[in-house]
This record gives sequence, structure tokens and C-alpha cells, in this order.
Amino acid sequence: MTGELRRIDMTVNGRARAIDVLPHHTLLEVLRDDLGLTGTKECCLVGECGACTVLVDDVSVDSCLMLGVEADGASITTVEGLAFGERLHPLQQAFLDTGAAQCGFCIPGQLVSAAALLAETPHPTRAEIEEGLAGNLCRCGGYEQIIEAVAAAAAAGDHPGRAASTGHAGVPAVGDRASTPDAELAPQ
Amino acid sequence: MHAFAYERPRNLADALGLLTDLGTEARPLAGGTDLIIRIRDGSIRPRTVVDIKGVAELERGIREDDDHLTIGARTVMTDLLRDERIRRDYAALAEAAAVVGSAQIRNRATLAGNICNASPAADTAPALLAYGARVVAVGPSGSRVIPLDAFFVRSGVTTLAAGELVSAIELPHPSTPRGSVHVRRTRRRGHDLASVTLACTVDADGTTRIAYGSLGPRPLLVVDETGVLADPAATDDAREARLAALFTDATPSPRSMRASPEYRLAMLRVLGLRALRTAVERLGTGGRPS
Repeated sequence: MTGELRRIDMTVNGRARAIDVLPHHTLLEVLRDDLGLTGTKECCLVGECGACTVLVDDVSVDSCLMLGVEADGASITTVEGLAFGERLHPLQQAFLDTGAAQCGFCIPGQLVSAAALLAETPHPTRAEIEEGLAGNLCRCGGYEQIIEAVAAAAAAGDHPGRAASTGHAGVPAVGDRASTPDAELAPQ
Repeated sequence: MHAFAYERPRNLADALGLLTDLGTEARPLAGGTDLIIRIRDGSIRPRTVVDIKGVAELERGIREDDDHLTIGARTVMTDLLRDERIRRDYAALAEAAAVVGSAQIRNRATLAGNICNASPAADTAPALLAYGARVVAVGPSGSRVIPLDAFFVRSGVTTLAAGELVSAIELPHPSTPRGSVHVRRTRRRGHDLASVTLACTVDADGTTRIAYGSLGPRPLLVVDETGVLADPAATDDAREARLAALFTDATPSPRSMRASPEYRLAMLRVLGLRALRTAVERLGTGGRPS
């Protein structure tokens, strides 16, 4: 019984996926190794750095601390699911505009955490941004620019949120569409 | 991570059956924020992981009962800190839940799991002890209620029997107006384990309850019924003398990397006094955090 493959059904970045996973493989491993979605990063593996942050049913989690089999029936959004085709997510654009990405390794997790924060709190205070991103470490120490980027995206008000899942301001909600990268990267 | 089998029982009987049959070879999985780390670092090697999130009888949510709130086994930290009843009547628990890990951790970590892991530094433990929380355990021979103070033994060890699961945590309704608060000391801002974690409740009848963790093998509860601590007119000297007498059982480990025993003991007195002032203040303003 140990090590037996299990079939799970999940929606990843808007696309239905049915895959066989090993019970001891984390959601992080399933996303990166089985689905080829390498935007989600592996780093500390103890839930401290946040590089592996994804949304599971719109809630941010460390995918290194969740088994792939636990995601059966869930809807997952990774950093690859934030952009809409060629059009960047407002947070991605704000990160570019403020120079928030230095080496870039933590940025996928920072973006996903920020997306979760803004969905819940569309106009966060600085303290709320700091707390919302406290589970995402940046080894370059670029916190000021990251906080500035999230504040800028919030101020622009052009971000998708839960209340906006019907297409507020012309920006589709997170996880509400099929994204191109994973479709191309991972044969089913 | 080593290979293991995964079971997701749909009801309590099946879950308890699996845990009884498999014994120490099985580990229950709720939020996984401690379990997965311990499996990965090799400190435990279960052959089967029993995911309890599909068990119909184990609730996620907070229910109003006659004389208490019932917090279901699958309730996560984020649920607690967003619940209006918890924020109003159990402010210290809401404040403690808000500092457990990061947003990502709080979205997965359950209150029951925090208690079952029995870390001396568990941030929710002092608040639960101060509020007189009870643990509802279910096992093959039925269910029983364990006062939380009789649940903790030492780091990682509780009085939960083999084959038992925690199905809920009960929080008695306050019997008098009450002010309460949670405070902690960490090495850094942002998320970190506590060097001292402490909760304080002050009742209108003059009873003060202080519980603290990270200063010995298990979190401890002390109760002051002299009224000295609850007296808004008491001097700091009088309070400090009373606190020093109450904190004599603190035995911080000399081997911890987070803080020296001397520092922890000093901070215990500082945080005790600070928490007391806040709890007395909150009692004066109707028990709510200002």
C-alpha cells in the first residue's frame, strides 16, 4: 500500500487536471515535478520562507507543507495563473514599476501572498501589508520596494479580488481562467 | 520525505478504527504544519498518514453551546482570529492565534493540532489555560472531557490515550465581566517562536489567571485570588511581589537557542506586569481591546 499512486482531480490555474501522485509527495513537488509549474519555488521546506506559496481554494498556503493528495478536489492558483495571457496582473506590473524584484527567487511567493492579501483586504495599511507578507522572506532584503509595490497595486484599485470574481474592472479574478504556460509545459 | 500510505476516512468510526489498528505506525494529519516538517526531517516515520479532514463528525467552525463555545477539531487559526465571539469574549486567544506562524501557516494550522503537539512555546496554550478550556477526546470506548491543565505533560506529550483523537476544544463562557490579553517576546519582528508567551485574564470578582509558556517543559497556569493583582489601585511594587511569588515554578531550559534562562525569567516578570495592566484596563472598558 505504501507508495501507491493515487489519482487526484484538481483545477490548476483554471484548468482541470487529473493526475496520479505519490502520497508522500507534497503539493509543491506535484506542481513543479508532475505539472512542470516551476514558478512556485522550493526553498526552506519548513514553512518559514514562503517561496512555495500558492492559493488553495483562494487561501494562501505553503505548498511544501501540504501533500499533493490533500489537494484532491481543490482549485489551485500558482504564480503562473496570475497573468492574463500577455497582460500582467496589476501586482506583477507594480512589482516591475517599483523595482521590487532583485534576484527574483522569492517573487512568485510574494506575488501570491500579496494577491491573497488584496483579495481579503483591498486597501491594506502598511502594517497589514507587512503582516500579510510576513511569511515571505526576501534574501535580497528588498522589503521596502515589495511593500511599496503592493501599496501601489492596492491604490490603483485595479486588482482582482473575491468580490470581483465576476470580472470587476475588466481584470479576471485569480484562478478564473485557463493559463497558457502550464498547458504548454505539462502534457497530461 | 520517506514513503507512506495515505488514508482519508469519511467518518469517525473509520478514523478511530484505523488509528487503533495501526497503532504507533499511524499519525493523524490535520493542518500538517508540524507533521509534514517532522516526517521530512525524519524525527517520525509513520507508515500511514490518516488525514482527518474528511471526517464528517470533526467540525471546522465554532459552535455556541449552553455554557461554552465548541471549537471543532478542524478549526484553523485564521477562523479563530476572524470570529467575532472569540475577539469579543476571548481576546487573548484571538491575539495568540494572530501571531502563530504566518498567514500561510494560520490558514492551515488547527487549534487542536497546536494543543496536541504540546510545544512548551505554543502561543494558543496560555490563553486556553487562562480561559479554563477543556479538551474533548474521542476514542474507541467513547468520549471524555479533559481540562486543558490536565492535558499537557511535557513537550510533545499529552494525556491523550493511544487511539484517541481530539474532537473539539470547549471554552467556558465568562461568568463575570473579564479583561484579557496575550503578550509574547520573540527574537525578531515578523514570525518567530516565542521566548516567553503569556496570557492574563482579570475577572470582575477579583480573580486573576496568568498562564505562560516557553519557560519549562509545559505551559503553566497560576491563579491569584487575593485580589492584589486585579486591584486597579495596586502599586507596581505590590503587583511585582505577587507575580514573583506566582512564577516560582518557571524552569526555562538552559539549552534553548532562543534565550537564556535569566532573560526569560526577567521577561516573564516584565510581560506579566504589562499583561496585567492591559487586562485590568480592558476590564474597565468592558473587556474589549481598545
